[in-house]
Amino acid sequence: MPKKYTIKTKITPPRFTPMGKSGIVDFSEDCARCQTCAKDACIFNVYTNRNFDSTQLADSIDYLCKNCFRCVQSCKKGLISKSINPEYLRMGDHYWTPDIISCNWYQSETGKIPVSGAGYRGKFAGKGFDDMWTDMSEIVRPTRDGIHGREYISTTIDLGKKPPLLKFDEKGALISETLPLIEIPLPMIFNVSPFGEVSEKVVIAMAKAAQVLTTLMFIPEENLTPSLTPYLNCLVPQIAAKGERLPGEIIKGCRMVELLYTSEWEKTCLSIKEINPQVLISLKIPFNYHATELTAALALQGVEIIHLYADLQGNSIDDAHPRFIKDLTRDIHLRLVDESLRDKVTLLVSGGIAMAEHVAKAIICGADGVILDLPLLIALECRLCKKCLRGLPCPVKIGNINIGWATQRIMNLMAAWRSQLLEVLGAMGLREVRRLRGEMGRAMLFQDLEQEIFAPLFGQRIQE
Amino acid sequence: MDERALAQPIETIPAPSRFRNPIGKYKIRRSPACNGCGRCIECCPSGVHQRIGKKLARPQDYRCRGFACKQNPFYCIDQCPRKALKLALNPLAEAMGDYRWTADLIISTWQQAETGELPAGDIEYEVGDAGGGFDQMRFIFHAAGAKIPPEKISTSIELNKRDDGRPSVRIEVPFYGGGMSFGSVSLPTIVARAKAAKIWNTFTCTGEGGYPEVLVPYADHVITQVATGLFGVREHTIQRAKIVEFKYAQGAKPGLGGHLLGDKVTPAVAQMRESIVGNALFSPFPFHSVYSVEDHKKHVDWIKHINPRALVSVKVSTPTDVDMVAVGSYYAGAHIIHLDGSYGGTGAAPDIAKKNIAMPIEYAIPKVHKFLINEGIRDNITLIASGGIRTAYDIAKAIALGADGAVTGTAELVALECLRCGNCESGRGCARGIATTDMKLSNLIEVEWGTQRIVNLFTSWRTQLVEILSRLGMRSIKELVGRTDCLKHLDYTNDVVMKAAL
Repeated sequence: MPKKYTIKTKITPPRFTPMGKSGIVDFSEDCARCQTCAKDACIFNVYTNRNFDSTQLADSIDYLCKNCFRCVQSCKKGLISKSINPEYLRMGDHYWTPDIISCNWYQSETGKIPVSGAGYRGKFAGKGFDDMWTDMSEIVRPTRDGIHGREYISTTIDLGKKPPLLKFDEKGALISETLPLIEIPLPMIFNVSPFGEVSEKVVIAMAKAAQVLTTLMFIPEENLTPSLTPYLNCLVPQIAAKGERLPGEIIKGCRMVELLYTSEWEKTCLSIKEINPQVLISLKIPFNYHATELTAALALQGVEIIHLYADLQGNSIDDAHPRFIKDLTRDIHLRLVDESLRDKVTLLVSGGIAMAEHVAKAIICGADGVILDLPLLIALECRLCKKCLRGLPCPVKIGNINIGWATQRIMNLMAAWRSQLLEVLGAMGLREVRRLRGEMGRAMLFQDLEQEIFAPLFGQRIQE
Repeated sequence: MDERALAQPIETIPAPSRFRNPIGKYKIRRSPACNGCGRCIECCPSGVHQRIGKKLARPQDYRCRGFACKQNPFYCIDQCPRKALKLALNPLAEAMGDYRWTADLIISTWQQAETGELPAGDIEYEVGDAGGGFDQMRFIFHAAGAKIPPEKISTSIELNKRDDGRPSVRIEVPFYGGGMSFGSVSLPTIVARAKAAKIWNTFTCTGEGGYPEVLVPYADHVITQVATGLFGVREHTIQRAKIVEFKYAQGAKPGLGGHLLGDKVTPAVAQMRESIVGNALFSPFPFHSVYSVEDHKKHVDWIKHINPRALVSVKVSTPTDVDMVAVGSYYAGAHIIHLDGSYGGTGAAPDIAKKNIAMPIEYAIPKVHKFLINEGIRDNITLIASGGIRTAYDIAKAIALGADGAVTGTAELVALECLRCGNCESGRGCARGIATTDMKLSNLIEVEWGTQRIVNLFTSWRTQLVEILSRLGMRSIKELVGRTDCLKHLDYTNDVVMKAAL
């Protein structure tokens, strides 16, 4: 049995007071100084630990408060109230919601999975990944107990082509050609975010985290500075479309490189393989109307890894009617299965992977692994304000981070995400994430359930 | 026993908030222009305005009916000769609640627990804002047809439908309390729930944490739970129960075990669970002795042998093949199949599980109901639904979708003034004294007060159920089972011609 994979977590507090969801409003003019709020009502010691961050003009109580309303309801003069913080609500966008951002902050700080009491709080179902539930096993199907370590659940995936069969000689020695294959212990690969104060320090921290976690990290050619040489074995340089070539020694030092899909791709592939026959090549193509055809054609031509990218919200690129990454992945996966090509190619998807559950769901839809961009930046306290895109300074000075701190924050986030993946796998009774790939039979889709169960009772669903 | 009327009327005693500043939907401010004339005190039938000595007290605005009151001749804002009163929405409500439990649902549940009646005014007490499932369903009340007088309507259900020689167990209302263990909630909470269950002739459940001695006087109304960790399960706790519940899974964390954090394992909890103080306790998933329906049957037989009078309930979550699970449980000998949907749960659970794993109860009920009918066994098993049942209307909808009854959890805690802040798991536990074993915090709840709050909530719920049945022209809640023709879904054309209920 392989050694158990674990990720070391360590509480790593934020450098800046994070944006809190709601704020305390206290009308101190009439305050009787009885200290009921501070001494009696608050069991979380929020008042005693209260401080004011003068660099950001932020009151720590807004972030620390757990919203139990004890102080609000106990104040002898009824002077304390709470209100929603409008700045919090303005964070991110409709996809990267404030709750998603702040939940990733929590995980980056603690390395723990988000847990809460008193039931679910969200909408019944929603768009994108939110119209899907995952299955579980009980009584009539085998179950697993992987959560508390009684049974080991593997999150390892393989990158590369798998031979359809192995041949052995009479003495039992392997005679088939072995294909290059990379095994990574997480179905999550890093990518440098398209925006943000991505300084050299940030890139090094991400590379370092990738190395400790023994996963990989995509990196644009231009970010590949000499200081990253120690991390070369976990870096996947992305070779620019125009055909500038990486120095041979870098290609020799890498296990994998990525090419943008152009008409020249075959030629470039050949020249790369000439330099390093063992290197895996990932071909990056956009999720769009043609992606299914193209993926099938490329798989047939022997491309080892295809990286399908969507926009940051997980929508297809340049389509009149954008479709979501989850639905596209499913189409492509099924097409490859139909053509008996599925194991000849590894599918990696990127765009819109914002929470741990998205990893599981993308894999259920047929991806082998996912590529993360913004979550890594969020781990470093990014608020997705995109001020950097307008040339304004970063409010949380991401460019200036301490590398050790940043590495640990990213590791914490990955540990929390992996633990959540284990929860989903354990519930389904699966022992490894490789078996989750394309298991659509273990997913429940909103449309299907509505059609199967509600349509016979209530008629036709009215389209929005 | 006469099924129609209640065995005896149940007393509603007002049980106001424990806190100095109760929270309502509206806020009334009194400006310094007030001269203390007392006109508002005379006007308001809800008791918002009161005098302390010569001065007027801060308005008890949590009782206010709000803007809807404007049409009344007693609207204090208009009546005040000095125009010193101002009415506004309480800004606090914005910082409370969520899509499933809106601020309105929380506040209206608090008010029902205080008074035993529906709140006056325009507060929403039927549905939340989740945009699907129960929240998009409404009853179709036809104006024609005679309303049945309330006193002729029965809300009671029978839990033993197997005709296997075991006793009949009838409950007065079509709902009972779900399992909440000693450890996850405080002792006063547990006792209050049990006392309320006794008063309403229904049940509560031990959850997986043993059977505290203080519950023994209520044993006829307490379900003994047997769960995967077998914490505190003894022969005599099984023998004293009218119903024994096997917990295979929980809707909030289906396929996952339970986890009681070390902080909550106090000496009392440790003793009950036969464990060590301060050590976290894991309740595994699944039962390591059950990997098939045959193993499951052995389990059921084991309980039946130890207690020849008990009914056996099987609590399961809602996977895609929940219908097969239900049938399997029937053939294993269960009396009750209890489906726990994914959106409920009282204790701490991973957010990823609550949101994503297993299907919402609104799908599971009709799926299982239909399957059991097709198998020809629907009349021989009791189908109970839980996991996201918040209101009397949710209970009625669950029944109309095909359940015989429902199990409540969070709503009872809300009656005890839980506001769903969700910090049940952290440190000393619940700041409001409910989901905690901390001695000082547990003392925030008095058993008598808690009992009355839950009794009042149940009273209000029963009144609403009776009203629904009355308007539908039904004499018993049993007539409502599976009557999806009484429901419409706001996102559908609702033009299915239903066969009259069989």
